Amino acid sequence: MIRVVLPAHLRTLTRAGGEVSVEVEGRPTQRSVLDALEALYPVLRGTIRDHVTQKRRPFVRFFACERDLSHELPDAPLPDPVATGAEPLLVVGAMAGG
Amino acid sequence: MSRVRVLVGTRKGAFVLESDGKRQQWDVSGPHFGGWEIYHLKGSLADPNRLYAAQSSSWFGQIIQRSEDGGKTWSPVGNKFAYDGVPGTHQWYDGTPHPWEFERVWHLEPSLTDPDTVYAGVEDAALFKTTDGGQNWHELSGLREHGTGSSWSPGAGGMCLHTIILDPSNDTRIFVAISAAGAFRSDDAGVSWMPINKGLRSEQLPDQDAEVGHCVHRIAMHPSRPQTLFMQKHWDVLRTDDAGDSWREISGNLPSDFGFPIDVHAHEPDTVYVIPIKSDSEHFVPDAKLRVYRSRGGGDEWEALTQGLPQSDCYVNVLRDAMAVDSLDSCGIYFGTTGGQVYASADAGDSWAPIVRDLPGVLSVEVQTLP
Repeated sequence: MIRVVLPAHLRTLTRAGGEVSVEVEGRPTQRSVLDALEALYPVLRGTIRDHVTQKRRPFVRFFACERDLSHELPDAPLPDPVATGAEPLLVVGAMAGG
Repeated sequence: MSRVRVLVGTRKGAFVLESDGKRQQWDVSGPHFGGWEIYHLKGSLADPNRLYAAQSSSWFGQIIQRSEDGGKTWSPVGNKFAYDGVPGTHQWYDGTPHPWEFERVWHLEPSLTDPDTVYAGVEDAALFKTTDGGQNWHELSGLREHGTGSSWSPGAGGMCLHTIILDPSNDTRIFVAISAAGAFRSDDAGVSWMPINKGLRSEQLPDQDAEVGHCVHRIAMHPSRPQTLFMQKHWDVLRTDDAGDSWREISGNLPSDFGFPIDVHAHEPDTVYVIPIKSDSEHFVPDAKLRVYRSRGGGDEWEALTQGLPQSDCYVNVLRDAMAVDSLDSCGIYFGTTGGQVYASADAGDSWAPIVRDLPGVLSVEVQTLP
C-alpha cells in the first residue's frame, strides 16, 4: 500500500482526506502510483500530469523522505520507505505565491 | 414573482447571488471552489438549474464543474481538452512561432436548446464542444485550421477565445471572438469558419485593416436582431448590421473607446452599454470615476450613468465577461470589478447599488432570469 499526501486544492476534488492509499503491483514508481491514484480518483486526471503528454505539471512537485523527486524519471523506483508505506509520497503545489 | 440568479466568477472562487424581482435584497452563497480561478460560469437556457463552471489554477490545470440544482451542489465532469491532430504553431508575443498549448477555458456557452450541449472557448484559442453534459469535449478544429491560425498572437491576457454567440434564429450560425485574432463566423454549425473583421482598424498592426490580428475584447447581440452585433475592441466600439460582413465605428462621444465588456438591453436592441477604461496601459476608469455609458440609438451618442457608482478615487477595471443583463420587464444590468464589487441596476442603468463590495477580483458575471 502506497501512501500519497495530496495538497488542499486536490483534496477538494477527491473529497477524501489529506492522505490516501493506493495499491500498486511491483516496485512502485511515480508513473505507477499516479496511474493508480488517477484510477481511484478520475477527477485528478489532468491536474497533476498533463492529459496529453503525461508530463508533471510545472507547478507540481513530488517530495518524499525529505528529497525532491520531481525531476526523477517517471519509471524510476520510488524510495524504499515509500514502497513499504513507512513514508508517504507528497504531491505539493509549488511555492509560487497566488 | 420572477427571480434572478447572478453567477460571479472570481480569482478565488465562484459566488451565487440571488434575489427576487425587486433586486433589492440579495442572498450570497460561496465561495464555491475557494482558491481556484473561476473564469466563467453560465446556466443553460433549456434547464436553468443546469450550470457549468470553468475552474482553473496555474498549479493544477483545468476542471469543469456541473450543477443540477442552480449552484447549490457541483460535480466535476470531463476536463480533457486535446487539440485535433498536430496543432502546429501560432505567433508568440515577439512574432516567432509558438506551439499551440492548452492553458484554460475562458468561456462556456450552453446550447440554447439542449442542456447537455455546451461550447467552450479556450486559451490557446480554440473552440470545443460537448454533447454529453461535459463528460467529453472535442475540438471544432475548422476554426483553428481555416487558414489564418498561424498568424494569430496572444493579447496581454493570453491568446484566448473569449466570446461565443449562438444565433437564436439560425442554429447553424455561430460567432466567436479571439484576442488577438479578431471575430469569426461559422454558417455550418462550427465546421468551417471565416474571419469577419472588415472595418476594424488597429494601430498595433503593420497593416491596420488586416484580415486578422485585431484584439477584439467582446461582442454582444440582441436575440431579436441577430444580424446586428456590437463590439468592444482593444480601442474602438463598433457595430455591424450584416452579421459581421462589415463593421463601422460607433465610439462617438465616449471619454475613452478602450474597454472590455459590452452588452445590449434585454428589450431594446439599440440600447447598448459599455464601461470605458482609460487606456491599454492604464487599466482603470477615466478620471477616477466609475461610469457606465449607455447609447439608446445603437451607438455614436452615449450618456454617462453614474448614480450610485463611485465618482472619485476609483481605479478599478471591468473585465470582458463581467457584465450581463437580466430580462425582467425593467431590465437589470450587472457588472463586477477587479476590486471585487458587483453592482446592479434594476432600472436599465439609471441607478446602481452594490450587491457585494468585497469579493476577490471579479472575472465574470452572468445572470439568469428565473420564473
